[in-house]
Amino acid sequence: MTYLTESALDTSRLIAAVLTPERGGIAAFVGVVRSEHQGRAVTRLEYSAYPEMAEAECGRIVREAEARWPVRVVLEHRLGTLEVGEAAVVVVAAGAHRDEAFAACRHVIEELKRRVPIWKREHFVDGGLEWVNAAQDRGGAP
Amino acid sequence: MPSLTGPTRVTILLFAQYAEAVGRSRVEISLPTDATVADLLSEFRRQVAGAASLPERLMCAVNLSHVLPGHHLRDGDEVAVLPPLAGG
Repeated sequence: MTYLTESALDTSRLIAAVLTPERGGIAAFVGVVRSEHQGRAVTRLEYSAYPEMAEAECGRIVREAEARWPVRVVLEHRLGTLEVGEAAVVVVAAGAHRDEAFAACRHVIEELKRRVPIWKREHFVDGGLEWVNAAQDRGGAP
Repeated sequence: MPSLTGPTRVTILLFAQYAEAVGRSRVEISLPTDATVADLLSEFRRQVAGAASLPERLMCAVNLSHVLPGHHLRDGDEVAVLPPLAGG
């Protein structure tokens, strides 16, 4: 698998993977498991996916960003059980300058949330267990 | 006139809370030739216990790409019914 992994994400390694002497602007986004959701304390999250499609969709998103901006993008999303404070997703975009790096990085994480078939279930301190509905939490349709 | 191409057999894949609601992650359904994703979902709700409890509007993918309800299905297609996405 290229974009999905069950191992801990290593942001430094992903940044190093796109560093070249010509690339002076590197933007990284790291999404981390939060300790609360709508006022309830969270202990951990379980991420699952439709892996074949998630891989295909991540590939399409990365290629779109690399076609639209002069950047190189790396993306990894973790699956399985994650504790509070662990990184769930890392996006790194590297270009000659910061403008294209920020724009491409933002585009990739927003499109991932909108298009990539990944789901998460929250374990709460009070013993509850619920699937996260990100669209509903935003108060609108996906 | 009898169909020359035979029925369209597709596989529905279910994930996360939808797999729990229906109690399975895979369902085979036969459809008339040239049926759409919307036709498939109607059949799915009619034939499969638990499917009627899923939301009215469902996000679907065919053969690993997002599609709209009017997408026409072919024999052997794999149709994923996707719960609200929550990556990141």
